[in-house]
This record gives sequence, structure tokens and C-alpha cells, in this order.
Amino acid sequence: MAEVLVYVDHVDGAVRKPTLELLTLARRIGSPVAVALGAGAADTAAVLGEHGAVKVLTHEAAEYADYLVVPKVDALQAAYDAVSPAAVLVPSSAEGKEIAARLALRIGSGIITDAVDLEAGDEGPVATQSAFAASFTTKTRVAKGTPVITVKPNSAAVEAAPAAGAVEALAVTFSAQATGTKVTARTPRESTGRPELTEAAIVVSGGRGVNGAENFPVIEALADSLGAAVGASRAAVDAGWYPHTNQVGQTGKSVSPQLYIANGISGAIQHRAGMQTSKTIVAVNKDAEAPIFDLVDYGVVGDLFDVVPQLTEEINARKG
Amino acid sequence: MSLRIVVTVKYVPDATGDRHFADDLTVDRDDVDGLLSELDEYAVEQALQIADEADDAEITVLTVGPEDAKDALRKALSMGADKAIHVEDDDLHGTDAIGTSLVLAKAIEKAGYDLVISGMASTDGTMGVVPALLAERLGVPQVTLLSEVSVEDGVVRGRRDGDSASEQLEASLPAVVSVTDQSGEARYPSFKGIMAAKKKPVEAWDLSDLDLEAEEVGLAGAYSVVDSATERPARTAGTIVKDEGEGGKQLAEFLAGQKFI
Repeated sequence: MAEVLVYVDHVDGAVRKPTLELLTLARRIGSPVAVALGAGAADTAAVLGEHGAVKVLTHEAAEYADYLVVPKVDALQAAYDAVSPAAVLVPSSAEGKEIAARLALRIGSGIITDAVDLEAGDEGPVATQSAFAASFTTKTRVAKGTPVITVKPNSAAVEAAPAAGAVEALAVTFSAQATGTKVTARTPRESTGRPELTEAAIVVSGGRGVNGAENFPVIEALADSLGAAVGASRAAVDAGWYPHTNQVGQTGKSVSPQLYIANGISGAIQHRAGMQTSKTIVAVNKDAEAPIFDLVDYGVVGDLFDVVPQLTEEINARKG
Repeated sequence: MSLRIVVTVKYVPDATGDRHFADDLTVDRDDVDGLLSELDEYAVEQALQIADEADDAEITVLTVGPEDAKDALRKALSMGADKAIHVEDDDLHGTDAIGTSLVLAKAIEKAGYDLVISGMASTDGTMGVVPALLAERLGVPQVTLLSEVSVEDGVVRGRRDGDSASEQLEASLPAVVSVTDQSGEARYPSFKGIMAAKKKPVEAWDLSDLDLEAEEVGLAGAYSVVDSATERPARTAGTIVKDEGEGGKQLAEFLAGQKFI
């Protein structure tokens, strides 16, 4: 069976969920060979093996943290040369897309980004993508070379599929470009204790209607009652009420959770682009004419400062 | 010596319009008004600010696109860029990101550059890979997705806000930079800027000017193919209730019914 390279997104050996989803998709096309780089790379093998990785190619070097993107491209290319895979899958993070693009160029292949599904086809893997603020669904293939495909979080279920997960050291020679862009300082984000926005099963967002940073705890309390991530509309972020890393929409994150709860968000195209593919959509808004209500499975026309605390209290009561 | 800045821009269908695919599954550019991609305005803005700080700088805006794409160049010129290059050729229709990066890289090399500045992504394709592809093709450092950028003594520095960390980056020129919508609000063209833009030079290049063959680009040369495009079915109308004191409880009931609680 053909091998499929899967680029592993991990933090000091802790594998992030989108990589496990990639293994599910990779198994539809062939047998997954994972590539884990940097500090803690070998620690990823156990969990990758449990989810179907037959092999885990690892390489640790300071370059991966000290320089931007290119060392990882060099390593993924080394793995490509070693394995000659049928496809290369990479998580669709900002960095993942850059790594994938540069690899595709080097190996003379086409690239597909932000796939939301993947299946085997007669002429190679077929990716499903969303286009034009998710108003269209396209089926896309790579026509030249080995398909390089980046896949968005929440595109597949994480499935247990025990495989060997045998660790092999990958030999990597860094290119002349590898040290071109130096990372001179790194400030880790403070952990909120909430799930990562793009990976969360439930997202609770606030918009203009939240009317101030001091009111966002109302949104956070609802999120915490559901174990959800917190999102914000561009209006709320531009006003400085919530960090840009939490922005949902065209210029922020695009999310596709099981449940999306929009509070005080009108639903402009810029926002819809980032949440329209959510499975179930719920909105609370004072304005009965807000376009967000065209998308909802359930909507409440009302003041979010009445509705949201009542909802939070009810959820906490039912849990208790 | 003059700092040569090339800003790559894209002419895209207005995102607030009713965007569609054409019969050949390329982006339909006829039925929706086009404009300079909003995310490229931030690139033009940062170029202008970097040029202001430099002793001597020249900003060239570069686009690859159909006839109408001149509008995007005109907008960038009216914001304050010095000159423009429009790569236009019928054979470019349907060119994908890999092909676009080839055409842009050839044009950037022909124009001459110290610094390339791009937006973080286009608002139509939204791939966000062209800046990385340009760096790979040009063989220069990639300093991308910056929410803060500065250039001093031949070194570009900036802040990249990632998912798990915020990084300070540094590279020597020449380099390819991309900036996010957090880099600073783009200026509106002044009346004076709009008038001045009419006199600024716009060079027109085609594939032969760049020593490129038709089969290297366009739909035929594309590295990826779209097999089908289906309009997403409208979401079925949901239940909408008016809050009369029990809205939160009603919503909780709905969520419980859907097994979210």
C-alpha cells in the first residue's frame, strides 16, 4: 500500500488534535508515515502509532525553533525523498500552509489548501474545499506531481487505529535558505485553559452587541459552561474588546465546530466566511432583522445580557 | 541607494457581491464588481510607511490580471505608490497559485527589488501561500504574516503573531514580507493622490516580456484542477423565538435536545 506523509503539529511532543484527524484521512489513501520535527519529536510516536502511523520519522535540531519555516521545509523534503509517498498531508495552520507551499514548489507538485474532506479517487486524492465565504463547495485534485494538501481542523474524526508507530531518525541537511529568517524572540501565548478556537467542538462568540471589553466575561462564562472556545467578531476585535487571535471571520480564524453560538453578532459576510460551515448555529441578537438569523438553527431575538446569563445558569444547573 | 519596494496586489471580485464560478470553474469576474483586495491595502500602507522612513525609496505596485485589474493598480497609486506594472496576457486565464507565483517572481526580478511586500492572502482564493512561494522562487528570506514591520540599515524586522506564540523575526534584505490586517489601517486616497495617480506610469508586460511560455501558466498549465463547484444549499430556516423572559431557558432546552448539554 502506498505511503502517505503526514506532517505532525506538536508542542514539545504533545500532538495537536488536527494531526490526529489527518491520520484518519491519510488512512483512506494509504499507510500514514508521520514526520515530527524539533524538541520532543520522538515523544509523539506513541500517540501517532495509536492513530495509525506505521512509521514516525523524527529529527531534532535547534534550527526548527530558531529560524522561520524553511528548516521544516528542508526536513519534509528529506522525508519526501526517503519515502516517495502518494501524497503529503499538512495541517492547515498559517505555518502549515507555508511549509506545504514551498515543498510543493520544490518537488514540482500542485498544492491544495484548506481541504475540509479528502477521499481516494481514480486520479489521486480528491479534496473538498469551501469557496467564496463557504457559499460554494468545490472538489479539487492535484494534476501534477505528488499531491500536497493542507487540511483544516475538524475535517475528520479522530479514530483509534493501532499501528507500529516505529520511530526512525530522519537525515536532514539544511539548505542555504534555512537560516534566512531568524526568530529573535518568542513569547508563548498565555493559556486561557479553554480549547483552541479552530479545534473546539463548541465556539461561543461575541460581537458589537457585547459593547465593551468589560462585558466579555458574560460570553466567557457561557463558553466555560459548555467547555467551549471563545470567539469574537471583527467589530469586537477592532474595538479592542478581545484579542485578534480570537477573531472569527475572513481575516481571522475560520471555524467549523459542532455548535456555534453567536452573541450580539449581526452576521456580515466577513464573519459568515469564518463560521458558515458550523454544524449547528445558534444566535442571540436584539435585532430581529440581523442577517445572522438567516443561518441559524435556533435564534433568540433579545438582549444578550438577559438571555446569555440565563442560558449559562440553566446549563450549569442541568450539569449539576 | 534607493530602497526598491515592490508591492504585489490582486484585483478580486467584491466579497460583498454575489460571487460565482464561471463555466470553466475559474472565478467569475464578469458579474461582480472588482476591486483592490482589501488585504493588499495593508501591504501598500506598510510600503508607504517604510518608504517614509527611508532616505530614498521607490514603490512599484505589481499585479497579474485581466484588463480591469488596472483599477487595483490605480487605487494603490492614488494611495501614494510611485509606479505600476500590469502583467496581462490572455494565456494567463485560470492560472493557479503556483503559476501566479512564477509570473510574479519573473516580474519582480525584471523590475528589480530590495523588498517585496504582499498582503496575508487574497480575499477570493484565500490560500495565503503566494508570499512563501515568492520567497522560495526568489531564494530570499521569507518574513511573513507580520502585524508590525520596520526596515533599518538593510534589515527587516517584524512581529508574527502565531497561534501558540508571538515571534520577533529578523532578516537581511532582499526579502519577501507579508503583512496582516493588524499591521495598521490603510489610508484613504486623498483627492490630490487621486489626481496625481493619473499621471503615474503603468507599464504593461505580457508573457513574452517575462520569457514565459503559455503552457507554463493558465488553466492548461495549472498544477491543480477544480472538478466541480456546487453552491452550498441554503440552510433550512431555523426556529426563531422572541425573548419574553424565558429566552435563555428556551435556548438551553434546544441545546439539550441536540445533546450539547
